[in-house]
Amino acid sequence: MNWLAAIGAWALRGLGSWGRSALFFVDLMAALPAALRRFGLVVSQIHAIGNRSLVIILASGMAVGFVLALQMYYALATYGAAESLGLVVNLSLVRELGPVVTALLFAGRAGTSLTAEIGLMKAGEQIAALELMAIDPRQRVLAPRFLAGAISMPLLAIMFSGIGISGAWVVAVGLIGIDPGNFWSIQQSGVDVWRDVGNGVIKSGVFGIICTAVALYQGYVTEATPEGVAYATTRTVVISSLSVLGMDFILTALMFSTR
Amino acid sequence: MSDPFIEIDHVTFGYDASRTILNDISLRFMRGKVTAVLGGSGCGKTTLLRLIGGVHAANSGRVVFDGEVINVRDRAQLYRMRRRLGMLFQFGALFTDLTVYDNVAFPLREMTDLPDELIHDIVLMKLNAVGLRGAAPLKISEVSGGMARRVALARAIALDPELIMYDEPFAGLDLISMGVAANLIRTLNDVTGATSLVISHDVPECMAISDWVVLLATGGRLVAQGTPAELMASTDPEVRQFVRGEPDGPVKFHYPAPDMAVDYGLRGKA
Amino acid sequence: MAKKSIETLVGLFVLMGIAALLFVALKAANLASFTNGQTYGLQARFDNIGGLKVRAPVRSAGVVVGRVTSIKLDPKTYQGVVSLQISSGVEFPKDSSAKILTAGLLGDQYIGIDPGADEKNFVAGDVIKQTQSAIVLENLIGQMLLSKAGDAGNENGDKK
Repeated sequence: MNWLAAIGAWALRGLGSWGRSALFFVDLMAALPAALRRFGLVVSQIHAIGNRSLVIILASGMAVGFVLALQMYYALATYGAAESLGLVVNLSLVRELGPVVTALLFAGRAGTSLTAEIGLMKAGEQIAALELMAIDPRQRVLAPRFLAGAISMPLLAIMFSGIGISGAWVVAVGLIGIDPGNFWSIQQSGVDVWRDVGNGVIKSGVFGIICTAVALYQGYVTEATPEGVAYATTRTVVISSLSVLGMDFILTALMFSTR
Repeated sequence: MSDPFIEIDHVTFGYDASRTILNDISLRFMRGKVTAVLGGSGCGKTTLLRLIGGVHAANSGRVVFDGEVINVRDRAQLYRMRRRLGMLFQFGALFTDLTVYDNVAFPLREMTDLPDELIHDIVLMKLNAVGLRGAAPLKISEVSGGMARRVALARAIALDPELIMYDEPFAGLDLISMGVAANLIRTLNDVTGATSLVISHDVPECMAISDWVVLLATGGRLVAQGTPAELMASTDPEVRQFVRGEPDGPVKFHYPAPDMAVDYGLRGKA
Repeated sequence: MAKKSIETLVGLFVLMGIAALLFVALKAANLASFTNGQTYGLQARFDNIGGLKVRAPVRSAGVVVGRVTSIKLDPKTYQGVVSLQISSGVEFPKDSSAKILTAGLLGDQYIGIDPGADEKNFVAGDVIKQTQSAIVLENLIGQMLLSKAGDAGNENGDKK
C-alpha cells in the first residue's frame, strides 16, 4: 500500500504548491497599486523585459511571416485559391501565432531572466535586506516586474503579427507575384478588427499575465543555490509554455466558436 | 546600569517540526553595549537575528524590542521597529543594480522625504565614516569583498539606527580588513550610543571589541555568557574548546560512524 | 542621465506597439471600412437564411452599405428575422428587395439590396417586405432532378 500513500502524498504536495502559487498571485495583485504609484520602476522594468525582447520577437515574426506565406501558398494554389493568401496569413498570425509564439518566446527570454534575477536576489539576501529595511519586496521588486510583463506582452504580440504580415507581403507580392492590391483588400474584407485582432490582443494579455506571474513565482520560491536557480528557470519555461498552450485552447474555443 | 534593549524570553524556534534551531533561549542585549553571539555553524545565530528583525515568529516565548513585544503580524509595528534597526548581512546583500552611492542612499530615499541635497551630504558622511567616500560613484561589481562589506555597513547606519546587527562581519576578510571592521563596530557603537549585536565565530576579534559575550551550541542551547575576560578564563570544557579552538572536545571531531572494523570489513565482526 | 534614455526607449517601444496595432487594424483589417457614422435599423424576414452570419455585410450594387446585427427566429411565422444597420447616408425605396447572396462560388453569404422604384424611402424600423431566401443546395438538386424527370416524361409523352 506504500504506492497509495506515495500518490496521496504527491497529490497533497501538488495541491499545496497550487495553493501557495495562488496566494502568491493574490499578494502580487495587492501590491499593484503601490507599484503604480512608483511608475518609474515599472518603466525601467519595461525596458528590461520589453525592449530587450524586441530583437528576437521581430526577427521571429519576420521569419514566421515568410514561411507562412510560402507554405500557405503551396497549399492554397492546389485549390486555385492563391489569392486568399493574405487573408489566411493574417488570420493565422493575428488570431493564433502572434499571441502564442510571442508568449513562448517571451517565456523563454524574459521569463527565464526574471526567474534567475529574482532567484539570485533571494540568494544574495537582497530580498531579506529589503524586508529588514521595512520595504515590502513585493511592492518594490515583484509588482513592477509583473506590470512590465503584462504591458509588454500584448505590445510584443501585435508587433509580431504586424511584422509577420509585412514579411508575408514581401514573399507573397515580391517573390510569388500575388497582386498587392488584392493582398490587402482580401484582408480588409475578411478580418474583423474586434473579433480577430481584438481577441488576439486579449489572448496576448492573458498570456502575458500567466508568463510573468509564473516566472516571478518560480524565482521567489527557488532554492538559493546554482542548481536551484537552474532548475527554477527550466520550470518557468515548462510551466509557462504548457499553461499558454492550454489557455490558448480554452480561449480559442470561447472566442472563435461559430455562433 | 543599562536596561536591556532587546530581550529574548524563553524562545523556542524551528523552521519545521523536525529541527529545533533555538531551544528555550533567554538572553538580554543591554542598551548601548556591544554584545557578541558566538557559536559553531548551525547553532541558530542568524536565526536569532531574523527573530529580532521580526522576519519569523517564535514558536514559543517572546522577543521584546525596547520594551515592546514583537508581533509579526502587526505590520505597522514591524515598520516602526525596522526603521530603528540596521543590519549588516553576511555578504553585504547590496543591491547589485545600483552604485555604491545609490545603495547607501536607498534607505534614505525610501524611508524619508529628505531633499536630494541633504541626502547627498548624509550619504557622503556615512561613506566617510567607513572610509569609502571616494568610492561613491563605483558600481557594486567594481568593489572588492572587504569594501562591499563596508558599503553595506554604511547603508546599515544610514538612518542612524538604535540597534545595529552584524551577521558574520569578519567572515572571509584579511587581517587588515578584519581590524578595520572591528574598529568600526566599536567606534560606531561608542559614538552613536547604539546597541550592537555581533554574530560571529571569530573569537579574537569579538573578544577584543565586545562588552558581553554569549556562547551558543548546536541545537540552540545557551552554553555560557559573560564578559570576554570571564569566558576566556572559564573552566567549562565546552567553552574552553570553543575559545581556544581545540579540534576535539565536547564538540566531537568524528561524525558518528559505525565501528571501524565493520566499515573496513575486517574479519568476522558483525 | 541613464534614466532619461531608458524612459525614451520605453516610450519608443510603446509607440512601436501602438503603431503595429494601428497598422494591423487599418491596413489589414476592416476598421477603415467600418461605418463610423450614424446608422439606422431595418428588418427583413426570410424563409431560409442559409449560412448568413451576424456581422455579414449588406451590399447594394456590390458596395457595402451596412451590417447584419442580429438573426432571430420568429416563433409565430417560423421565419428568420434579420436586423440590419444601414449607413445613414444611404436610403432605399420602400419597395426594395433583399436577397441572400453568396460571395463567389463557395464564399460567405451576404445580403444584397436591389433598389425599387417607390418615391418614399424606408425609415428606421421598417421591415423589408420583398425578400428572397438563400439558395439551399439540396433544394436546387431536388429541383434539377425533378425538371430532368419532367423533361424525360415530356419526351416520352411526345414520342407517343
